[in-house]
Amino acid sequence: MTTTSSAATGARSGAIDAGRDFADVTGSDASLRRFLHGLPGVDQVGAEARAAVLGTRSIKTSAKAQAIDLAISMVDLTTLEGMDTPGKVRALSAKAMRPDPADQSCPAAAAVCVYADMVATARQVLGDSGVNVAAVATAFPSGRAALGVKLADTRDAVEAGADEIDMVIDRGAFLSGRYLQVFEEIVATREACARPDGRSAHLKVICETGELQTYDNVRRVSWLAMMAGAHFIKTSTGKVQPAATLPVTLVMLEAVRDFREATGQMVGVKPAGGIRTSKDAIKYLVMVNEVAGADWLRPAWFRFGASTLLNDLLMQRTRMRTGRYSGPDYVTLD
Amino acid sequence: MVKVPDTATPTPSFDYAPAPESRAIVDIAPSYGLFVDGQFVDGQGRAFKTINPATEEVLAEIAEASAADVDLAVRAARRAHTRVWSRMAGRERAKYLYRIARIVQERGRELAVLESIDNGKPIRESRDVDVPALAAHFFYYAGWADKLDHAGLGPDPRSLGVAGQVIPWNFPLMMLAWKIAPALAAGNTVVLKPAETTPLTALLFAEICQQADLPAGVVNIVTGAGATGRALVAHPDVDKIAFTGSTDVGKQIARTVAGTSKTVTLELGGKAANIVFDDAPLDQAVEGVVNGIFFNQGHVCCAGSRLLVQESVAEEVLARLKRRMATLRVGDPLDKNTDVGAINSAEQLAKIRQLSDIGEAEGAGRWSPPCDLPATGFWFPPTVFTGVTQAHRIAREEVFGPVLSVLTFRTPAEAVEKANNTPYGLSAGVWTEKGSRILWMANQLRAGTVWANTFNKFDASAPFGGYKESGYGREGGREGLLAYLKGASA
Amino acid sequence: MSRPGERQTVRKTYKLFIGGAFPRSESGHSYKVADARGAFVANAAMASRKDARDAVSAARKAFAGWSSRTAYNRAQILYRVAEMMEDRRPQFVEAVKQSEGLGSRQADKVVDESIDRLVWYAGWADKITQVIGSANPVAGPYFNLSSPEPTGVVAVVAPQASSLLGLVSVIAPVVVTGNTAVVLASHAHPLPAVTFAEVLATSDVPGGVVNILTGPMTATAPWLASHMDVNALDLTGATGLVEEATAWEEAAADNLKRVLRPPAAEPDWYAEPGLDRMTTFLETKTVWHPIGI
Repeated sequence: MTTTSSAATGARSGAIDAGRDFADVTGSDASLRRFLHGLPGVDQVGAEARAAVLGTRSIKTSAKAQAIDLAISMVDLTTLEGMDTPGKVRALSAKAMRPDPADQSCPAAAAVCVYADMVATARQVLGDSGVNVAAVATAFPSGRAALGVKLADTRDAVEAGADEIDMVIDRGAFLSGRYLQVFEEIVATREACARPDGRSAHLKVICETGELQTYDNVRRVSWLAMMAGAHFIKTSTGKVQPAATLPVTLVMLEAVRDFREATGQMVGVKPAGGIRTSKDAIKYLVMVNEVAGADWLRPAWFRFGASTLLNDLLMQRTRMRTGRYSGPDYVTLD
Repeated sequence: MVKVPDTATPTPSFDYAPAPESRAIVDIAPSYGLFVDGQFVDGQGRAFKTINPATEEVLAEIAEASAADVDLAVRAARRAHTRVWSRMAGRERAKYLYRIARIVQERGRELAVLESIDNGKPIRESRDVDVPALAAHFFYYAGWADKLDHAGLGPDPRSLGVAGQVIPWNFPLMMLAWKIAPALAAGNTVVLKPAETTPLTALLFAEICQQADLPAGVVNIVTGAGATGRALVAHPDVDKIAFTGSTDVGKQIARTVAGTSKTVTLELGGKAANIVFDDAPLDQAVEGVVNGIFFNQGHVCCAGSRLLVQESVAEEVLARLKRRMATLRVGDPLDKNTDVGAINSAEQLAKIRQLSDIGEAEGAGRWSPPCDLPATGFWFPPTVFTGVTQAHRIAREEVFGPVLSVLTFRTPAEAVEKANNTPYGLSAGVWTEKGSRILWMANQLRAGTVWANTFNKFDASAPFGGYKESGYGREGGREGLLAYLKGASA
Repeated sequence: MSRPGERQTVRKTYKLFIGGAFPRSESGHSYKVADARGAFVANAAMASRKDARDAVSAARKAFAGWSSRTAYNRAQILYRVAEMMEDRRPQFVEAVKQSEGLGSRQADKVVDESIDRLVWYAGWADKITQVIGSANPVAGPYFNLSSPEPTGVVAVVAPQASSLLGLVSVIAPVVVTGNTAVVLASHAHPLPAVTFAEVLATSDVPGGVVNILTGPMTATAPWLASHMDVNALDLTGATGLVEEATAWEEAAADNLKRVLRPPAAEPDWYAEPGLDRMTTFLETKTVWHPIGI
C-alpha cells in the first residue's frame, strides 16, 4: 500500500489560489451569505435515500480485501481524551505503524491524531515512518476561545512536529450568520500552519455537522472551508452526536467534487466519529468511489477519524486471509 | 517528514467483485399448469416457454389457458364467491390476507430471486421494492376487510363478485398485489392473468395461497398471452375488470365491456414530465431523474421519460446527469450491485431500439455512457436524448425503456404547457425549493400522481392512477378498495 | 282564432346555448316541439354535429377558468342559479306542465325539487374534497395528499322524460366540481332546458361552463362520444337505447372517456342523489413531498 501523501508540502498551496478565485465572494458576511445561500439546496430525504442505496452495495472477495487495506491506510488513529498520556500515545503510534504485527503486508494507518501536547511524543515514535502526526487545535472540541489562543494552539502543535492540523470552526459564528468570521479564522489558522522551512502543515477543518443540523448547512460550511483554503473538510470532533454519517459525508463529497469542477482544486474529506465497523467503512469507500470518484480513493484525499474501527478492519482482514473469524484477543488493544 | 504527493500515480480503481445472489433458494419446475380452484391443473391449450431475459435460458414451460380453462377458473371463482368468500366475516377474510402478507415476508428472498430471474430486474429492486410492496399491500388491505362499513359507501357495502385481472410484466408481484389484495379484502374472488413473459412469481404466489389455506377458488391464476386475457375480459360472468398495461389494450378492453354491467379499472401508459427548475436541489433532482427513468430499466408506466429542465440550468443538469449515468451498473440482474438489469423481452428490446433509432433519425442527440453489455440476453444501455422537442416521437410515445428525452423550458407556465401536452396523464415530477411554486405546479399538472422533489414513490395507502388516456380508477388506499365495492343499495 | 284588435303574444325563439350565447343551429335546421298532448308549441333549434363541436370548444375554453375558481365561488354561483330559478318559478312550472303534461301540484313539486337539488349540489362544491380526498399515511418521510379534481369536458345526454328535474340533476353534479358540460337536452321536451339556459346566462355562470343543445340524440351524441377533446360521457338519457349506447361507449374508448352508462330505466329523480354523479367525473390527484429539514 502506498503511504499517505505529503502532509507538509509547498506543492499544495493550491487552495489559497482557489481562495483568490472567490475574492469577490469572501469580502463580507453579505457576499458570503449570498454565495452560500445560492448553492443548490439539499433535500434531506433524497440525500438520505441516496446514501442508503449506496449502503446496499455488496462488496465481496477481492473487492472487500482491497477495500479493507485501503480503509486501514486511511485511518487517522485517534485518541482525544483527558486521560491521554505519553504511554498511551506511544502505544497508539506503534500500532499505527504496524497495525498487525503478525503480518508485514498489512498497511500502516495514515496518521495518529492527538491533542497538541502529545504531538512531540507521537512525532518521536513515528519519526519518518510515513505515518503522519495530526493534532487537533483551535480550542478543540468547542472552539470557544479567543482567536489568539486558537492560533497559539495551532502554532504550538506545528512547532511540536504536527504534519496535519485538525481545527474546529466556530459553530456559533456560523449559525449566527457571521460567515466572514468563520472564513477569516480558517484563513488565519492555515497561516498558522506555516513552518519556518516554508512548508505548511495540512489543515483539516472540522465542521461539527452534528451542531449545524441541516444538510444545507453542511454544504455551505464545506464551501466556506474550501474557499478559505482547507486541505480537508472533516465532519466531526467525535465529541458531539451525531458525528459522521453517510449522508453528511455524501454532501461533503458532492461539495469537493463540485469544488474541483469549479476551481480545479482537490480537497479531501474526513468523516470522523461513529465509524466502528469494516462494513461501515466500506460503505464510505463505495460512496467516495461513486460520488466524488476514484481520484479520492487515496489516503491523501480521504480519511477515517476513528479508534476502534482499526481493530475491526484487522479482524476482517484476518478473516479474509485465513477463512475463519478472528477474535479480539488476536488484535492489539491500543 | 515530507512526502511527494501521490497525485502523479494512476487513478485508483475500486472494482466491485461479482456479488451474485444465490439462485439456490428458488426451485423452478420444468413445467407449470394453471391454478384453478385451489389446485394446480393442466391447461387445455398449448404450452409456452418463459425465459430468463438476462441469459435467454428457458426457465419453464407454462400452460396457456384456453377459453375453456378461463371459464373453469371463472366458475371456480364464482362458486368461491357465492359459497364462501362473500359470506365470510370480514375479520376472518382479514386473517387470510395477514397470513399471506406474513408468508410473503418469510419467503421474501425466494420471491425476489425468482422475480429477477423471470423479469430481468435487478435483485436490489425486487428485494427492496417489489417484494416489500407485495407484503405491504396485503397487510394494508387486510386491515380494511373488517372495516368496510367505514369505507365511505355506508353500512354493509357489497363485493362486486368475480374480478378478472390482467397484469403486465414490469412489476409482476407488485401488480398482482395491487389487484388481488383490495379485491379479496372487499370480498371478491379473482381470476388473475399474469403477463406471458413473467408468469413464475404469480404461480409461486399461488403456492403461498395454498400455504395460507386460502379457500379454493378465491384466487385463480390463468397463464397465457393476449387470447387468454381477452377470454377473461369478455367472460360474461366476470363482474369487474382490472387491467394494467398498454393504452392500446386498455382501449380494447373499454370497447369489449361497452354495454355490459362490468366495472373497469384501467392503469395504462404514460409519458411523464420530470420538471427541474433552476432553484432545485440539484443533486437530489439528478437522482430523481435517474430513478425516474432508469428504475426497472424504464419499464415503468409512470417513468419520468421527459426531462423538462429550465434552460438556465440545462447544461449543468445535463452534465451532472451524464456523470451520474456513467456510474450506473448495468448487468446481471442477480448481482446485488446491479442498478439496471435486462430488458424484459426481445420484443420490448426491438421496440426500444426502434424508437431510439427514430429519435436519432429525427435529429435528437443520443448519448449513453460506456458500458459493456452481456453478449446474450436482452440489453439496452441507459440512454439520453438531447435537443428533443415536443414534435419528436420519442417525446410523445411511450418507449418503456431506459431512454430519457431532454427538453427545456423558460417559465413555469411553459413547463406546465409542455408537461400537459400529451394524451397521457399518469404522473409528473417537479423539482424546486420554492414551496408555493410546487403547489402551483401540482395544481396545474394534469396527472394522477405528482411527485415534488421525489419520484417513483409508491405506497399501499396512496391512490395511484391516471388522467386522460392513462386510464381510469385508482389503485391503492381507500379509493383502491372502493373499486371493488358497491353500496348496499346499488 | 285571433280577432282584429287583440294583442298578439311575442313568442320566444328557442335557441341553443353555446359559450354563453344563444345561437341558432349552425345547420339552420329546427324541429317542431309539441306539448304533452301533441299540440305544436314551438320550433326548437336542431343542433348539428358542428354545433356539438362548437359547444365542446366553448366548454374546453371555459374549463381552465371554471376549474380554477375557488370552490366557495362555484358554490355561490350554483346557489345563484337556484335563486334565479326561484325568481322565475312560474315560468318553470308552466314549462314543465306543458312539456311533461303534469298537473299544477306535480309541476310545483318538480320545480321545488329542481331548485332544492341545485342548492344541495351547490353546497357540495367546498365539501366533496374533504369527503373523498385523503391524507395518506405512507410508510416514509413524505407528505402525501390525495384530492379530487374535475375530469374536464363532460358530454351529458340528459334524461328524456324528466325535462327539468332530471336535467338539473345531471348538470349540477358535473359542473359543481369544476367540470364544464355539453348537455344534450331531452329531445321531446327541450323547452325547460332552454329556459334553464336563460337562467344560467343571468346567474354569473361563465359562458361555456354549461352548453345546451337541443335536437335528436343521434345527430350529436355520436360526435360527442367520439370527440377526442371530450373527457367523459354521461349517457343517463340514453335509457332504452341499448345498441346506440353501446356504440357510443365503444366510441368513447378511443380516448378513454369516463362513461356513465344509461340506467335500465329512467331513475327516480326524487331519490337522494348520493355522490356517484360527482365522483364519476372526478380524478384523484396524489401529491407527494418529502418531509425534511
